[in-house]
Amino acid sequence: MNTLPSAIYLCFAGSAAALVFGRRSAALARRLALAFAVAAALVVARAALDFAPAGELRTLTNAAWVPALGIRYHLAVDGISLTLAVLTAIAAIAGILFSWNVTESAGEFFALYLALLGAVYGVFLSENLFTLFVFYEIAIIPKYFLIARWGGGEREFAAMKLVLYSFAGSALVLAGLLWASAASGAHTFELPALAAATRALPGHVQVPLFALVFVGFATLAGLFPLHSWAPDGHVAAPTAASMLLAGVVMKLGAYGCLRVALPLFPAGFHALQGTIAVLAVIGILYAALVALVQSDFKRVVGFSSVSHMGFVLLGVAAGTPRAVAGAVLQMFSHGVLAGLLFGVVGRMVYDRTHTRDLASLRMMGLGRLLPFAAASFAVAGFASMGMPGFSGFPAELMILIGTWRYSPALTLGAVIGIVLCAAFTLRALQAGFLGGPPPAGAPVLPPITWPEKAGTCLLVAASVAVGLHPSLLLDWIEPALHSALFLPVWPGAAP
Amino acid sequence: MNPSYAQLFRALLPELALVAGACAVLGVDLAWLSGWAPARRRAAALVVAAASVVAALGLVCAGPRGSLYGGEWILDPLAVGTQAALLGLLLLGLGATSGAKLQQDPAEFVALTLLAGAGFLAMAAAQQLLLAFLALELASLCLYVLTGYDRLSPASAEAGLKYFLLGGMAAAFLLFGLSLIYGSEGTLELPRIGARVAAQGMTPLLQVGLAMVVVALGFKTAAAPFHFWAPDVYEGAPAPAAAVIASASKVAAVVLFARLLGVGFGAAGWPPAVAVLAAASLLVGNIGALGQGNLRRLLGYSAVAHAGALLLALLLLRAAGPGPLWYYALTYGVATLGAFGVIATLESDGDCQRISDLAGLHRRSPLLAACLAVFVLSLAGIPPLAGFFGKFAVFAAALSAGGVASAPGALALAAIALTVVALYYYLRLLKPAFLSPVPAGAAVISVPWAVRVCLVAAAVLLVILGLFPRLLLDRL
Repeated sequence: MNTLPSAIYLCFAGSAAALVFGRRSAALARRLALAFAVAAALVVARAALDFAPAGELRTLTNAAWVPALGIRYHLAVDGISLTLAVLTAIAAIAGILFSWNVTESAGEFFALYLALLGAVYGVFLSENLFTLFVFYEIAIIPKYFLIARWGGGEREFAAMKLVLYSFAGSALVLAGLLWASAASGAHTFELPALAAATRALPGHVQVPLFALVFVGFATLAGLFPLHSWAPDGHVAAPTAASMLLAGVVMKLGAYGCLRVALPLFPAGFHALQGTIAVLAVIGILYAALVALVQSDFKRVVGFSSVSHMGFVLLGVAAGTPRAVAGAVLQMFSHGVLAGLLFGVVGRMVYDRTHTRDLASLRMMGLGRLLPFAAASFAVAGFASMGMPGFSGFPAELMILIGTWRYSPALTLGAVIGIVLCAAFTLRALQAGFLGGPPPAGAPVLPPITWPEKAGTCLLVAASVAVGLHPSLLLDWIEPALHSALFLPVWPGAAP
Repeated sequence: MNPSYAQLFRALLPELALVAGACAVLGVDLAWLSGWAPARRRAAALVVAAASVVAALGLVCAGPRGSLYGGEWILDPLAVGTQAALLGLLLLGLGATSGAKLQQDPAEFVALTLLAGAGFLAMAAAQQLLLAFLALELASLCLYVLTGYDRLSPASAEAGLKYFLLGGMAAAFLLFGLSLIYGSEGTLELPRIGARVAAQGMTPLLQVGLAMVVVALGFKTAAAPFHFWAPDVYEGAPAPAAAVIASASKVAAVVLFARLLGVGFGAAGWPPAVAVLAAASLLVGNIGALGQGNLRRLLGYSAVAHAGALLLALLLLRAAGPGPLWYYALTYGVATLGAFGVIATLESDGDCQRISDLAGLHRRSPLLAACLAVFVLSLAGIPPLAGFFGKFAVFAAALSAGGVASAPGALALAAIALTVVALYYYLRLLKPAFLSPVPAGAAVISVPWAVRVCLVAAAVLLVILGLFPRLLLDRL
């Protein structure tokens, strides 16, 4: 268990190794990257096997850093962070497998990828909010270079937009945290101690503080109307980066909302709960409608990510333990499925056909030429629509049930969102893969390679495992939500 | 008061070492090296200069401590730490810019840099009005000459003239202000002025004098609206001069004025004026940098923005101590010095004025590109680099000093918002270096080993200080 932080260090070490040795050959770079990502995943797996579900955060590392400011290097884990660490491990390996064909400056590519990964692990495992914030910001710069250098289309614009949105979000978080620490007189960034102090603040102080911190984090989670960086960024990003960005990095934002904003300012949360829930449902519906009319295959997936993240935010906003547990489950589920969708669209289809235009793809008869890609997309699509047997089903069901008690009207809105999700997924499936037989004389496409198949199997297996047996994760998540940290958040808690 | 000249001599040994070093540089050059090629003359001058800086550093570390010469010369942890840091910056600066375009008479250039260094050291320790002024002028006069040193470049001459005229005016303001303070309080010693101000409060005469001191502070730290010289000087000065002006000169000025205002006046009279300067600098610097196509002017406006943050830290002197101010100034100095080191190296085989001149840098020299990324991202305040913790410490102190309703708190929130603007222009600077293809005809850049060592040292320093800020903060 206490070896879990080495997942962070392994990623940063792998980043340095890829940078230094990756110059020799792309093959060496990607093997190194895979080796380090797998090593980190093994560390996480070992911790997951040893994990005894307990409510409170379990300290992993705790060292003085800058005592004068209440800053400690304090890492800890509970069921929520472990769930997301497992997701990160899976998505990371799949991302590397799906970028097996990167040859341009592969060493630098994987170095940035692993640096981003290390920062993501760091955020999920941080207890001290300064530590969390540092990792959160370390994640920003690799994103810029991954998109701007290896991306496609309007990559420089998209990269800058994504980074400025993320950074603006983190600036809001920084302002909120510093203000909270000063206003509460706690002078510490230890989560439980700071939460104890900030909860005592009067409601009218908590509201702006909550708004700052929540909106800051939620920008990265794609909260409407601050979501427009996500489709742009994810579409322009190279495949592995869009898998990691949509699959894991958006969860950093949702995780921050859940881990930091809610426990720190429960009164502020209760005051703004309704607004957030409405925005989340608008996001679900709006992004689904936009996805329905896209002509670019990758943009369909990009907007579907925003729509699915709307469910996460809705679950968080509903503010009942069941809805929030569903939101965490949805984070896992969307992380796996968005990764797979981006992998199919970006790697299997685009890298072979060099087009993402649905009208052109319709003419190619990809269903016959690339049956594996078609099957993978169908599986991922159905799973993300919430088909029973896959992880999307228990997640969305729990969110809907949990939200019903909060607001039936919003639940209905979300249900319409699920219908729209089915519509745009089926439309993309039909146009992308089921357009008819390939025309005579169609170019022979390279066959699907083993890393792609392995990555797909990994992601599908994760989704099926959680879909059939959601208590695998719920047994971790639910005790964490009943810890002292979250108790004041739930309805009926003493003010 | 019982002045002991022997004690004073010992305390001034570091300054004397630099002056002796300057004389040695000139003497060696004159006596033996006049027939050598300019590049070798410069190398020899740099070796002698580096030796004298190292000697001065040893003397600072081994020197006396405490209040000397009746309290006019103070060697407290802040002064000693600043002196050591200034010498470190000087050493890094000499090394990192040793690959710059050759000037005529390179030895004189190095000697002037050392003399300016002696002025910086004195600025860190002076606690008496006249001494402070003399130290500032010693440094400034050398910097004016260094700025205009490139006699073949009209831009350098223009920058030198501008810097000299505006600097001279600021010096006049400062001297007039100091004389008014002396006339009102009857003493030149800062601790005694501080005691009298605390006992009697401000008089109108004192208020006027103080306002003039604040004007000089604004000029020296390149704070808006006294910043107009900065972009021009950063653009026109030879790179080694710009490196010194942007780093060591700024650190010394900040410490000098922190003492002048903090010890001499406590919190009386000056904070509102400084808060206005800080707000103006944050706005003007960050907005001004947005539109710059010239790399050095961009760094000039970024310097104005950082001056805003430094003045904010100055406001927190009483609430949070000099720690945040000191940490911010030093790490900013290292980062900007490194950036000018990279520019100096690039200039040795071509122009490096426009941002687009950086195109393809990561192919032409991966080392320079990586170092530049560290320096620029530290300026932008990205963790784990030192610039991040500097900003964090200042903003945290500002908000805990008086909450959001106080002037420092509001300034901190504005500064946090403006970091997003800043990230945009810093990334715009890195974009050509990492994303653009190598322009036709641009060759691989060979980086001299001394430059290599100094740039890597500066970059590593930024990482280490960012990860372990207590290495600096615990010195105070």
